[in-house]
Amino acid sequence: MGKRVGMEVSIAAAEAVKQANVDVISAYPITPQTHIVEHLSEVVANGELDAEFFCVESEHSAMSICIGSEATGARSFTCTSAQGLALMAEMTYIASGLRLPILMIVANRTLSAPLSIWNDHSDAMMIRDCGWIQFFVENGQEVYDHVFISYRVGEDRSVLFPTIINMDGFILSHVIEPIELIEQEKIDQFLPPYQPLYRLHPDRPVTMGAFALPAIFAETKKAQEVALRSSMPKILEVWKAFGDMTGRYYHPVETYKAEDAETLLVTMGSIGETASVAVDQMREEGRSVGLVKLRLWRPFPFEALKQATLHAKNLVVIDRCVSVGGPGGPVASEVKSAIYGEPLRPTVYNFVAGISGRDVAPFDFIKMVDKAEIEIEEGKKDGYEIYGVRE
Amino acid sequence: MTKPEYEWTWKEIPVGNVILEPGNASSYRTGDWKSFKPILNKNLCIHCGLCYIFCPDMAYNLDEEGYFIADLYYCKGCGICAKECPTQAITMVVEEEK
Repeated sequence: MGKRVGMEVSIAAAEAVKQANVDVISAYPITPQTHIVEHLSEVVANGELDAEFFCVESEHSAMSICIGSEATGARSFTCTSAQGLALMAEMTYIASGLRLPILMIVANRTLSAPLSIWNDHSDAMMIRDCGWIQFFVENGQEVYDHVFISYRVGEDRSVLFPTIINMDGFILSHVIEPIELIEQEKIDQFLPPYQPLYRLHPDRPVTMGAFALPAIFAETKKAQEVALRSSMPKILEVWKAFGDMTGRYYHPVETYKAEDAETLLVTMGSIGETASVAVDQMREEGRSVGLVKLRLWRPFPFEALKQATLHAKNLVVIDRCVSVGGPGGPVASEVKSAIYGEPLRPTVYNFVAGISGRDVAPFDFIKMVDKAEIEIEEGKKDGYEIYGVRE
Repeated sequence: MTKPEYEWTWKEIPVGNVILEPGNASSYRTGDWKSFKPILNKNLCIHCGLCYIFCPDMAYNLDEEGYFIADLYYCKGCGICAKECPTQAITMVVEEEK
């Protein structure tokens, strides 16, 4: 077993990037991602990691450099938040279209306006369809672990996709947690050096990023779509291998006291830990409530989600982002789509909660479950509310 | 290996739409959207080759008589050659529908 060390989650993330032996780091500092980049620049300056550290003038350039370096076969890393991710958005689609297995950590933060630096998932949802593998982790250990998992999955010849690890800004990034560090020899075994399928090299020239006319664009998109969906078995396989190495087994959908529950809370990200406290309290009162947590956002785990939820009567889906003028929160949309084809399915009640860093305490989950259960009982089919707003 | 775009299936496309055959753009007719084409007046041409040097698409080739001639299979009709020609030997004329 590795050493357990108390450290800030951002530092643990940076340590993982160091242990993953990346070749290129290119990032622009933005709250709340800053500590990750600061620590990595120290690590490179101190000679602890033999990598190129690019101080760029914008996030657009940060991702552009990662695309270029990854295209030459260099393992590349970047991280950002909110407005930075928005500025980078154009290039995220190019990284996935070119199938370059870059890793990016997003310390999730609210998109302005109004200007806010606090946590929710509006930044991640802005690029929901960018074609990357996307994880939402729950605590610092998961951030640390998923750096290795992401590179191993993304760089696999059967996958070749960039990966985003979404971690809640401040709630995770600035919190000190006990992190179990993995010995370097084990990491080196788990994560061999990157062997690119194609790379920019004068000995064997290739063209990346060529123009595609309408006659071929749809074929390229279908190839990308099928490949991202097909990465699921490899993700499961790598999670299994990681579990065998560390004892920490991960799944696309996690359940907590969910098997026999009539009402299920559905969460994504760090809020799941708070929700589990609320579930314990409600269970003590004899209520039939459980919890389902989404860890894998893309490729979306349709089957695992159905398995975890179809037996329930009510699903109380918590979103951390408003789809303004749309059908509710993006997680609820996806959940509804996943279960729509089933003859017997639970009724979904959607709450948007904790946007822009507003605390969501265990009693808030209990209030949400109370309201959803009563209204669904009264026949409401399309419950949707931004929770806790003063009237 | 190169074949027309409309013959490729999604399964055949290399990962990331990478082009593995260097220079295969020469197999594709890329000059079919031009609205003007360059016409050379050989009486004025001094064989300086500026058209050849400035052509952004390398459409110009030296023929056996020592004239630089635009290959209309690739020429996009940008007119840079006509603009740069020091003796105004090149004029851009409207491309006619075939």
